[in-house]
Amino acid sequence: MPPACLSRRMLLCGTLALPFLPAASRAGGQRIVSVGGAVTEILYRLGREGDIVGVDSTSQYPGEALKTKPNVGYVRALGAEGILSLKPSLVIAVEGAGPPDVLRLVEGAGISVVKVPDEPSEEGVLRRIAIVSRAVGAEEVGARLVQEVRDGFATLAAARASITTPKRVLFILSLQNGRPLVGGRGTTADGILTLAGARNAGATLDGWKPLSEEGVIAARPDAVVMMSRHGGEAAPDPFALPAFSATPAARERALIVMDGLYLLGFGPRTPQAALDLLTALHPQALGKAAERG
Amino acid sequence: MASLSVALDRSPLRMPSRTLLVIAILAVATGLVSLLALGFGAMVVPPGRVAALLVDAVMTGVDPMSTDALVILQIRLPRLLLGLLVGAALAVSGAIMQGLFRNPLADPGLVGVSSGAALAAAVTIVLGDTLLAPVFGKLPFAVLPVGAFGGGLVTTLALYLIATREGRTSIATMLLAGIALGALTGAFMGFLSFASDDRQLRDLTFWSLGSLGGATWTKVQAVAPLVLPVLLATPFLARGLNALTLGEAEAFHLGVPVQRVKAAAILLVAVAVGASVAAAGVIGFVGIVVPHVLRMAVGANHRLLLPASALLGAALLVAADIVARTVVAPAELPIGTLTAAIGAPFFLWLLLSRHRSAPA
Repeated sequence: MPPACLSRRMLLCGTLALPFLPAASRAGGQRIVSVGGAVTEILYRLGREGDIVGVDSTSQYPGEALKTKPNVGYVRALGAEGILSLKPSLVIAVEGAGPPDVLRLVEGAGISVVKVPDEPSEEGVLRRIAIVSRAVGAEEVGARLVQEVRDGFATLAAARASITTPKRVLFILSLQNGRPLVGGRGTTADGILTLAGARNAGATLDGWKPLSEEGVIAARPDAVVMMSRHGGEAAPDPFALPAFSATPAARERALIVMDGLYLLGFGPRTPQAALDLLTALHPQALGKAAERG
Repeated sequence: MASLSVALDRSPLRMPSRTLLVIAILAVATGLVSLLALGFGAMVVPPGRVAALLVDAVMTGVDPMSTDALVILQIRLPRLLLGLLVGAALAVSGAIMQGLFRNPLADPGLVGVSSGAALAAAVTIVLGDTLLAPVFGKLPFAVLPVGAFGGGLVTTLALYLIATREGRTSIATMLLAGIALGALTGAFMGFLSFASDDRQLRDLTFWSLGSLGGATWTKVQAVAPLVLPVLLATPFLARGLNALTLGEAEAFHLGVPVQRVKAAAILLVAVAVGASVAAAGVIGFVGIVVPHVLRMAVGANHRLLLPASALLGAALLVAADIVARTVVAPAELPIGTLTAAIGAPFFLWLLLSRHRSAPA
């Protein structure tokens, strides 16, 4: 039984060493720099917030993350020395974090860099949780979280099945100078609309693209989804624009405003976010979903 | 009259002591800033340890693999060298362009050379994975600087050809053509940002902001051979540019190979700026402010102006980078905002104080 002995000895060592370690490193003994809102959310849900020594500026949830942890900057504009100065043992970053040279330097310092894939889908969320929990050695808690989120998706799927007429929904990222920037195919907006059982009215576009006024009319959205701004400022009213006034959405005044990271983060809260969106789109489904949920 | 005496100053032996003094002061300042850059950062490394690591690296030639060593030798040192090279390249290029076009407003950024280089870099970023993939395969790092270099060269040449008619360069045409070329590259950039996906868009933003982050020895090795020629050529260029202040015909009669000076200046500037943009993105302001500050302080003689610009440009960019990477540590600020934030008020102050002391 050598492996058991070994592990017991390691456990003993760990226990002995525990009082001498700084409080922050107790939970898993790691020092983690978390890059990406979803990664930070997952680490908090795994109970590893004590191991986090730095977060990026997109880690807006939970709110305490950016208040209590050093900010290593925007996910795409990280600094190598800044990250190393936090003496991390592990960097968990969403795919697309960078610049790549900076992450290569961090890896060169002998720090493992774990990349978390960027797929705006049900499987993508589950894979993210699995990868993060494996990286921090929290497979057990991670498996429970995966199950919980899977259950959430099952509830969502049931609610989705009760939709008889799917709505055409336009996701507007911003309304600069009255020009809507909408989520097309392959975007996180497309992903969350699909999960919420809606049809993406912007699916004629690829990626985040500005939509012309006639494009808005041709898209015939039944509802419009926008992100709430920080500081509780009111979002601009799209229906004040002539192009939108001709859409079915304007007749119903179907404007849904939700938190951006909640909707597009694709983390553990995604099933609930999609369900909230679905309920907002189909108020009559509210009762059924609440019974199940 | 001043320009005439400057232009006629052709003796290589007469090096006024003031010139040496200015160069010495700037060299010391650059050295001090470099030491600060090696000593300061998000990571606290005691100065004694920094010195020991550098000595170790030079004496034994091996990189000790501690975190300290990595931060100093793999992060701060290449970043410092890249900052020195890019700062020197931008400032010297600005001084050369201003001398060549005999216009104080000429600046690699203003006349579209930087935007040409950035556009080429953007084309490589956006089309590299799709249209250009069969040509370049998996896109080695070398393609970006080569592309940016080509872009800078093409815009510089186009500008010069447009502005030159019968051997005379029209300043007004040059500026207007520069604005037009800038607008044209802006249009292409706009199209590329429309055609690009999310990730490419963010890479484009990175280019247009400028940063010394992610400096590696590979980048230093790629940039150095492209920037050093323009620095080494400054004595040759200085004489020609001094003569050109009188006008091209006059310079020709003074025995200056005008066409060769022009061709060399354009080629060297395009090479240096292209390489700088490729490695650090577009960093504004250094190219226009540094030569002007020096012209006010030490006069318009290119023999002094060009090397002094190189030194001050290098020092300014490295100083700005120290602030960029320490002030919001462990995060970083875009360096372009800092060069403008440091340079612009100083420049304005200099303009105002000059105005007051010597009312025109």
